[in-house]
Amino acid sequence: MLNSQIKTDEEFFIDPQRCIGCRACEMACAECETNGQTSMIHVDYVDRYISTQTSVQVCMHCEDPACARVCPADAITKDEFGIVHTANTARCISCANCVLACPFGVPKKIEETQIMMKCNMCYDRTSAGKRPMCATVCPSGALWYGKREKITQMRPNSTPVNKFIFGEQIVRTKVNIMMPAGSTELRVD
Amino acid sequence: MAKLPVSPEQLIADFGPHKNYPPREGFLGRDEPDEVVKTHCCFCGMQCGIKLLVKNNRVVGFDPWEEFPFNEGRLCPKGVQRYLQNNHPDRLLQPLERVEGAGFRPLAWDAALDRTVAEIKRIQAEHGPHAFAMLSGVSLTNEKSYLVGKFARLALKTRNLDYNGRLCMVSAGAGNKKAFGLDRASNTYADLAHAEVIMICGTNVSETFPTLTHWIWQARDNGAKLIVVDPRLTPIARTADLHLPIRPGRDSALYGAILHQLIKHDWLDHDFIAQHTSGFAEAAAAVKDYDLAWAERETGIDAAKIMRAAEMWGKAKTSFLLHARGIEHHTKGVENVVACINLVLATGRIGKPYCGYGTITGQGNGQGGREHGHKCDQLPGNRDIENPEHRAHIARVWNVPEPEIPRKGLTAYEIIEAIHRGEIRGLLSICFNPVVSLPNNNYVREAFEKLEHYTTIDFFLNETARHADIVLPGSLHEEEDGTVTTAEGRVVRIRRAVTPPGGARTDTEILLELARHLGAGDKFAFQSSEEIFTELRHASQGGTADYFGITYEKIEKNMGVFWPCPTLDHPGTPRLWEDRKFATPDGKAHFNAVSYRDPGEVTDAEYPVILTTGRVVSQYLSGTQTRRIGKLVDQYPEPLLEIHPSLAASLGINNRDLVRVVTRRGAAEFPAQIVETIRPDTVFIPYHWPGRKSANQLTSGHLDPISKIPEFKVCAARLEPLGRPEPAADARNAFASP
Repeated sequence: MLNSQIKTDEEFFIDPQRCIGCRACEMACAECETNGQTSMIHVDYVDRYISTQTSVQVCMHCEDPACARVCPADAITKDEFGIVHTANTARCISCANCVLACPFGVPKKIEETQIMMKCNMCYDRTSAGKRPMCATVCPSGALWYGKREKITQMRPNSTPVNKFIFGEQIVRTKVNIMMPAGSTELRVD
Repeated sequence: MAKLPVSPEQLIADFGPHKNYPPREGFLGRDEPDEVVKTHCCFCGMQCGIKLLVKNNRVVGFDPWEEFPFNEGRLCPKGVQRYLQNNHPDRLLQPLERVEGAGFRPLAWDAALDRTVAEIKRIQAEHGPHAFAMLSGVSLTNEKSYLVGKFARLALKTRNLDYNGRLCMVSAGAGNKKAFGLDRASNTYADLAHAEVIMICGTNVSETFPTLTHWIWQARDNGAKLIVVDPRLTPIARTADLHLPIRPGRDSALYGAILHQLIKHDWLDHDFIAQHTSGFAEAAAAVKDYDLAWAERETGIDAAKIMRAAEMWGKAKTSFLLHARGIEHHTKGVENVVACINLVLATGRIGKPYCGYGTITGQGNGQGGREHGHKCDQLPGNRDIENPEHRAHIARVWNVPEPEIPRKGLTAYEIIEAIHRGEIRGLLSICFNPVVSLPNNNYVREAFEKLEHYTTIDFFLNETARHADIVLPGSLHEEEDGTVTTAEGRVVRIRRAVTPPGGARTDTEILLELARHLGAGDKFAFQSSEEIFTELRHASQGGTADYFGITYEKIEKNMGVFWPCPTLDHPGTPRLWEDRKFATPDGKAHFNAVSYRDPGEVTDAEYPVILTTGRVVSQYLSGTQTRRIGKLVDQYPEPLLEIHPSLAASLGINNRDLVRVVTRRGAAEFPAQIVETIRPDTVFIPYHWPGRKSANQLTSGHLDPISKIPEFKVCAARLEPLGRPEPAADARNAFASP
């Protein structure tokens, strides 16, 4: 079994305040042979006019993924480990429903190949017991992969949150955002 | 004749920079490499561990090296992409000679070496041995740095050897020698972990040393408060507990004012000062008038913020102070450094766990490269070339009569000035791109045009190499074995992953061959890098930078050894000064009195704006390597003029408008990037680009009187809006910048 080494007690954590906008994650992600030099993680300035703040976005791997729900071709699936996989290339019809539906803006339609691509949490690495590439190279700890107990012990000023409220919709995710200690949810609207 | 043989545009077409990208599917063989080589990044002083994937004698990819203790797999974008300097289409594969009107044509190695040596002998016969100079750099390993020092003294027989650390580490080195008698960061970064206060002074850590960011956040997780002193709100300053946006060139005023407050509020370690230091009274007297009102006027920082910084520093029980080029690239570089050290000594927080101090060494081997003798005033082991005992020791190791070792020569920028005066007629360079990296670089270019002969050893034809009469194709970082010494003082192993391609040779082979051609072959009979290191160990023995107890085997076993390491059974010294025995003649740490003075150039009615320069995260130094790596170029393709909205509005400048920046040295045009993250009286331009886009056309050649570092970080400028937006960079190939 390819996935026999997935460590089910390890999770992905994003700590936006630590992001320094260096793009090491994008460069490293693009190196993966399955990505064909296209990064599945995205770094953007929030507003360079007022701040050097950047935001970094990976697939949040939703418990009930909107991308999969809206896919008319059944090209997007979630596996038993909670990983929402990138489009099955044989099925994807490049309709971009998933691009429009994702509350986090993650899936990208690649015009050249007419395929949707998105982060699959480095399935090739995590299934071999390694950390995702972006979380391995991130120089500031803005991207971190490991046990929840360890990060909560290491970073007592922050709490992992994986409940996001968009209007009346609640989205729970496998990936966590580090928020000020004691936070329980992030209300986006 | 060291003028360009053809136009820069033609040279760019022939030799680059061209952008290198990996193929979509990656380089062939990456999945099944012949070898996975554990080595280090070729760029900054962090020297992150990295694995290079090798197939058929080519580097085809990278993998994180998660076991290396400093970075545990973490890398910056330059590190991730560093492997693309290998397999590069611009790589020099055979010796070249300049042909007027045609460019460069290949020639055989023997002919290239013979012509270089004939020119050396001719110039030295006509004008004396010191009319031929050598310039070097600290991207070279310890072995190569040592070899260059010995080569220049014993084979070239010139005193005029200096290096690009003159633009980097010399202010910190001189300041550390004055205060501690030794030039090394006092602590490893592990001592950041439980520092209560971290003050980082003039260092854009998040863009220039990205992997150090993790260590600072780890400390903050443990409760550390972070103070950042910088004219710009850099990514590390953005989340700091206290950001002090200092007016460029006023650093010693700030640190003097903080010392004034430490004394006023008695936030002092009297026992430490009394028992282990000297010069406190003089240092205190120098700052007695530096109250908060004065400090606010001089530094442009709110008095309340200065007071807050003094209180945070003063009341802490543990602390770590880090600085870099932001305070060192000044006519007062050494004064700024010792003013910072005064704060460390006044509170006695050094030589103990979580009490640290250090400069953050900029270049890959900025630490080791400044210890083993390719500075104009230095012999190996950080010895003084004018000290009779030091000379005698090295003469014994080199097996030459002591008078054969030349005396102190000129520093890097002084070598340029001496070329202008006609005192230096010929030059050999390696690992240095001064036409981009030195200040007032039109003056530097004119100096190269005056040379009677110039030979360079390099792997790409960088902007300075374009002036060469003979180009000898040398080796990349991954093509030779050796060691480097990281910013922490940790000596680590660089491993050869591949051999030089085509007709390129290793730098070591080239230097040894040149030495043989110059008739000094008997002093250069090294068979391997390890043999050079062994001689370096003996040469450094008994010096302040003592490597005698370090061997390749020991480094590999321990993933690095911290110097000083005087004996084979010595474990190395991660934390200095635990015994309170400083390396000064009296064994004490020295306060130094610092009276504030203005920078070499201040603003006036004609030049009313402060210009400062620095780096961006995706580029490294003069860009010889990083301006050839596609994605690094695309991330930040051309230099932008960072300008505050209020200054921009006062001049009618819109975002992306082209602005001509004029100083007493020259003028250059840059697109404006309007941001609130810079002081309104200051503009910033990154310096990695050559030619018409070079910020160093504008910077001043004023030097620190002790360290001779140029004042890159402050000069006076005038802004002339051109009233039109600049087209997007990718449409213009701006990165090549003729």
